[in-house]
Amino acid sequence: MTDTSLRTAAFPASRAIRPIAGAEEWVQRLLIVLLACWLLVVILLPLTVLFRKSMENADGAFIGLANFAAYFRDPALVQSLFNTLTVALITTVITIVLAFGFAYAITRSTIPFRNFFRSIALVPLLAPSLLPGLALVYLFGNQGIFKSWLFGESIYGPIGIVIGEVFFALPHAVMIIVTALSAADQRLYEAAESLRTKPFRIFMTVTLPGCRYGLVSAAFVVFTLAFTDFGVPKVIGGQYNVLATDVYRQVIGQFNFQMGAVVGLLLLAPAVLSFAVDRIVQRKQVALLSARAVPYQPKRRPAIDTVCLALCILVSIFVLSILGMAIFGSLIKFWPYNLTLTLAKYDLSVGGAGGWASLWNSLIMASLVALIGPAVVFGGAYLVEKTKVWPWARMAAHFLAMIPLAVPGLVLGLAYIFFFNAPGNPLGFIYATMAILVVNTVGHFYTVCHLTAVTALKQVDAEFEAVSASLKVPFYKTFWRVTVPVCLPAILDIATYYFINAMTTVSAVIFLYSTDTKLLSIAAVNTDDAGNTAAACAMGTMIVAISAAARLLQLAVARALRTRTQAWRGP
Amino acid sequence: MAVGNGRPYLSIRNVNKFFGGFQALKDVSLDVFPGEFVCFLGPSGCGKTTLLRAIAGLDIQDNGSIAQAGTDISALPPSRRDYGIVFQSYALFPNLTVAENIAYGLVNLGRDKAAIRARVAELVALVSLRGQESKYPAQLSGGQQQRVALARAIAMSPGLLLLDEPLSALDARVRINLRGELKHLQRRIGVTTIMVTHDQEEALAVADRIVVMNHGVIEQVGRPDEVYRNPATAFVADFVGHMNFLPATRGDSGVVRVGGVELRADLAGVTASSGGAITVCLRPEDVQVRGLQPQQPNVLQAEITSLEFLGAFCRAELRLGSAEDLGLAADFSINAMRDLDLRIGKMIPVALPPDRLRVFDAEGSAHG
Ligand SMILES: Nc1ncnc2c1ncn2[C@@H]1O[C@H](COP(=O)(O)OP(=O)(O)OP(=O)(O)O)[C@@H](O)[C@H]1O
Ligand SMILES: [Mg+2]
Repeated sequence: MTDTSLRTAAFPASRAIRPIAGAEEWVQRLLIVLLACWLLVVILLPLTVLFRKSMENADGAFIGLANFAAYFRDPALVQSLFNTLTVALITTVITIVLAFGFAYAITRSTIPFRNFFRSIALVPLLAPSLLPGLALVYLFGNQGIFKSWLFGESIYGPIGIVIGEVFFALPHAVMIIVTALSAADQRLYEAAESLRTKPFRIFMTVTLPGCRYGLVSAAFVVFTLAFTDFGVPKVIGGQYNVLATDVYRQVIGQFNFQMGAVVGLLLLAPAVLSFAVDRIVQRKQVALLSARAVPYQPKRRPAIDTVCLALCILVSIFVLSILGMAIFGSLIKFWPYNLTLTLAKYDLSVGGAGGWASLWNSLIMASLVALIGPAVVFGGAYLVEKTKVWPWARMAAHFLAMIPLAVPGLVLGLAYIFFFNAPGNPLGFIYATMAILVVNTVGHFYTVCHLTAVTALKQVDAEFEAVSASLKVPFYKTFWRVTVPVCLPAILDIATYYFINAMTTVSAVIFLYSTDTKLLSIAAVNTDDAGNTAAACAMGTMIVAISAAARLLQLAVARALRTRTQAWRGP
Repeated sequence: MAVGNGRPYLSIRNVNKFFGGFQALKDVSLDVFPGEFVCFLGPSGCGKTTLLRAIAGLDIQDNGSIAQAGTDISALPPSRRDYGIVFQSYALFPNLTVAENIAYGLVNLGRDKAAIRARVAELVALVSLRGQESKYPAQLSGGQQQRVALARAIAMSPGLLLLDEPLSALDARVRINLRGELKHLQRRIGVTTIMVTHDQEEALAVADRIVVMNHGVIEQVGRPDEVYRNPATAFVADFVGHMNFLPATRGDSGVVRVGGVELRADLAGVTASSGGAITVCLRPEDVQVRGLQPQQPNVLQAEITSLEFLGAFCRAELRLGSAEDLGLAADFSINAMRDLDLRIGKMIPVALPPDRLRVFDAEGSAHG
């Protein structure tokens, strides 16, 4: 007998099932609440306080948009908004053109040393953003080697800022555009060629449209970086005021916190806009490359290859001469009068800007960030991506994790002052300690790390948690025994990213350090402020060396890891 | 298998599951008896996995109840239910060896090392993986990985074994071997098993009972031969095995009209009234060409319009004599082909035995 009769049999009307949460689900819920609280404290609450601050007067009374009105009545301040837009736009155009040419050469030509060139383009990531400014002082400053090349123009101002920002933003643009160009489908090009399309037409109809999202995305990233950067204009800006230096002056110089908050919000505007555009663009980019696409194989084209090689060499010379000049400057006894080489500037106990303590502070801070950051980020991403509890809470946590990408360092630093220094904040005790620097840096660079972790976790089999539940193994054991080992390369990536950024960051922490927790990057800013460019160069060079060492260490560890885990990772 | 006797091991009652506004399971009820091997069979998206995941507690149903071994488990989290599970991806832990994968749950129980080693050795032997214990999943073939997943799922001697398309990632040949082994293993350890598949041949080969699903509804539950021979609905008839569907109308007193011909058939369960549209179904292998008796009912003249050699038999396309464009597929044994000298273009008498004809209300008319 078939028993379809069951279907029609009368059973009492069934009621909705309310799943019972086991101990593990409660642990997960607790952890998600903790994660959300952490993200709130680290990101959202400080920003909220910053918003409020911009609408208060000096006595803390709410005055609506009066501060903004005052801002736009002040011609000097409006001038710096205009200045900032100008340098950011010029930087964006130059950087995108250079980065596109460079990325094209790396991905679409057959020139030699492509990997080498690519690594060169990424070198600026290892440097604090004031380093190009310092190098420009030596190259084109009042006593610069190539001063005459400027035809009487001063490097202190828009010219210097733009050159410095191009150096600073180049690797970001190159990375994004290389990714976009690498996603090309060979079959499209074969189809175009079989239709006898002219090379220029192929370029206009296949190559450019294929990476247009990448270009838009890169342009916004570069614009935002140049718009909000503090290090370059601080060193080389001279009398040419931009928003970032305004914030600093309003807050540190004039203790005008309200106006600082107003300018901070202006800094936030393009970042928020670009963030929104970037989200949309990235969503579209995903679908671009189908699984069956055939990767593009560059062919030899002598004329184009020659141009590509020339461009790569030029860009490399640009990057290396700026870095080289900073290093060289740090080794000169007394520029430009006594060019004998010396290591004296590397003795941090001389000059008094920070002493050796600032080096230790930086190393301690970066190490703590590189330990705590990946733990928090990866654990958080795991909760968001792999658990099933409280979908709305996980979505909220994911959303909060995306915010820091849109928040410039200066703005976050300022927000931290307002939030943690507010009377009555129970967390106020971390103000002016190493802890606030660590917390701030982990928060500042959260988004990229979070996305790296989420991407890695998405590649892990979705059913590990289900299998381990069926085997009565708690989720945290499987997390530790399986998920973490499988994702170790990504975790290592995150740790290195955090370490390097903690070493090089200036903007957020410049509001937050105390005399006991001064960092090397800040000491470099102060030293340069005090007129000792050479010592500042030495500090910048130290940071580059330490960052480079961290990157090399990562490569070595990653290689060792690959060898050790080759058996189970497969070919 | 003594099905229907005794208390069910797993009782599913009026289970509904929604994904947003979409209802993936509609009032599903089912009993599974101890030691049974049940297959959920149905086309892609019909809700098989959803039902399996509800049983596992991975995506708990919105309402309706599920009881296992007499306890209501409807609301329990997966960790408090008693089952082992094998996913289509196998979800083997890549950084653990075969032995570590199999022992994963046992180690957590805190059993002593020797006992674990003995149990793992036993399981490894059971799934024929001796000598592979210290390899990693990436170093195994698909079939071997599948066995590791199976061994891991039964390591803790669960009361219920859940398999979600465990064979679908494998080559056809390995698949056929493994499904035999799977069946054999299940018999040996006697664990109540539910396997999800969309391959009807696989379901027919291994299941004690088949649950045919469509659009979130159970269409039929029955032994493989029942489902094959007596499909409860036109959907089941179509989905399981090959089937001819002939449009027809209901005549008077046990007669159906196909084209211009009247055929005798069992009309039980048909709601269409005289003259109403119905569908007559017949399996190709049930078309009779040999040993026709003079008084036999439902004998027609048919022309062979095409022949396809399929190894053990030939699939013929027939045109039924009196009707234009009324086609019928029939399977003829190689012997019959030779003895009757069947060729394309030849007119032959064929019988459509009344007890093999299944009649359903035509699609779109009232449900039977
Ligand atoms: N998490 C979900 N959210 C929304 N819809 C879902 C979800 N899971 C399943 N569905 C929908 O429910 C229906 C049944 O899905 P289910 O996975 O059970 O199908 P299936 O019978 O296992 O099919 P297949 O053979 O393709 O695995 C499908 O239409 C599917 O799109
Ligand atoms: Mg499925």
